[in-house]
Amino acid sequence: MRHRLFVAVLAGGLMLGGAAWAIGDPSEALPNPAQEARAVAIGQQLRCLVCQNESIEDSGADLARDLRRLVRQQVAAGQSDEQVVQWLVARYGNFVRLSPPFEWSTVLLWGSPVLAVLVGGGIALFARQRRPAAPAPLDGAEQARLGSLLDT
Amino acid sequence: MNRRLLLLVPFAGVVAAGAGFFAMLKRETEGTFDPRGVPSMLIGKRVPPFALPGDPGFTAADLTGKPILVNFFASWCVPCVEEADMLLALQRTGVPIYGIAYKDKAPATAAFLERHGNPYARLGHDEPGLVAIDWGVTGVPETYLIDKDGTVRWRWVGPLTAEAVTGSLEPLLRQYA
Repeated sequence: MRHRLFVAVLAGGLMLGGAAWAIGDPSEALPNPAQEARAVAIGQQLRCLVCQNESIEDSGADLARDLRRLVRQQVAAGQSDEQVVQWLVARYGNFVRLSPPFEWSTVLLWGSPVLAVLVGGGIALFARQRRPAAPAPLDGAEQARLGSLLDT
Repeated sequence: MNRRLLLLVPFAGVVAAGAGFFAMLKRETEGTFDPRGVPSMLIGKRVPPFALPGDPGFTAADLTGKPILVNFFASWCVPCVEEADMLLALQRTGVPIYGIAYKDKAPATAAFLERHGNPYARLGHDEPGLVAIDWGVTGVPETYLIDKDGTVRWRWVGPLTAEAVTGSLEPLLRQYA
């Protein structure tokens, strides 16, 4: 019972923390909650160009704040998610997407899991084939020798 | 014999990877490669339309007729102090440099230019930083070469170095003169 309460409190705390995390400044949020949710979803796919491993939703950089505001302006103006992302890609290139699209320059990136499975599978098969055959069972003389050794 | 040769495969792989990393590090120290660099989308394209206030400020239409350097800077930017002398030297060789003050207050910009010298033929104020976003600027300083048709030919991120000027900028200035 106490354990369950602890888990509930912990989960609640994490959820609250998450909510506070998503938007640093509530005044940035759009008044329309559906549009705000879309803006957050778009922003989470976009890389902050200053602190490059954060999305613009998570970043505290000035440029990320400006980009958040521009994303919200465009969402409020009725642009589709793809149009907003394209608007930024036109300025900063595909680098601005945290999840790069599949194209020739990203074949290795997207193909590496498949490649890893293929190489790993190949090595496993190769190793299996080379495994030495099980040793032949002991013949009568060997059994007798083993018995005498065990008896001593 | 074939088996023996197979042993060389991992060795060759390591040597190839080592050579690759060495080349990468060498280009990084030379300044021709930046792993955090964001490639400019503007190269080969026309300058995006803009109109910046200033005294008198300038617009995209002003960036035609001759090759022009456009330098994004700010008074609060430390590397901008570092490149100030380089910009002044370029200005003395006759290259027109147009400055765009990024997210800066006009009096602060004026004080900065007073202190470190003013290499700019024209100065525009981009206090909201929105023109910079249209250019794909990720931080200051950034420098762009615009040819006489208003097409962006070159971009440099960070303070201008002597290598950048002699190695890339000067040949391009001759090419697009």
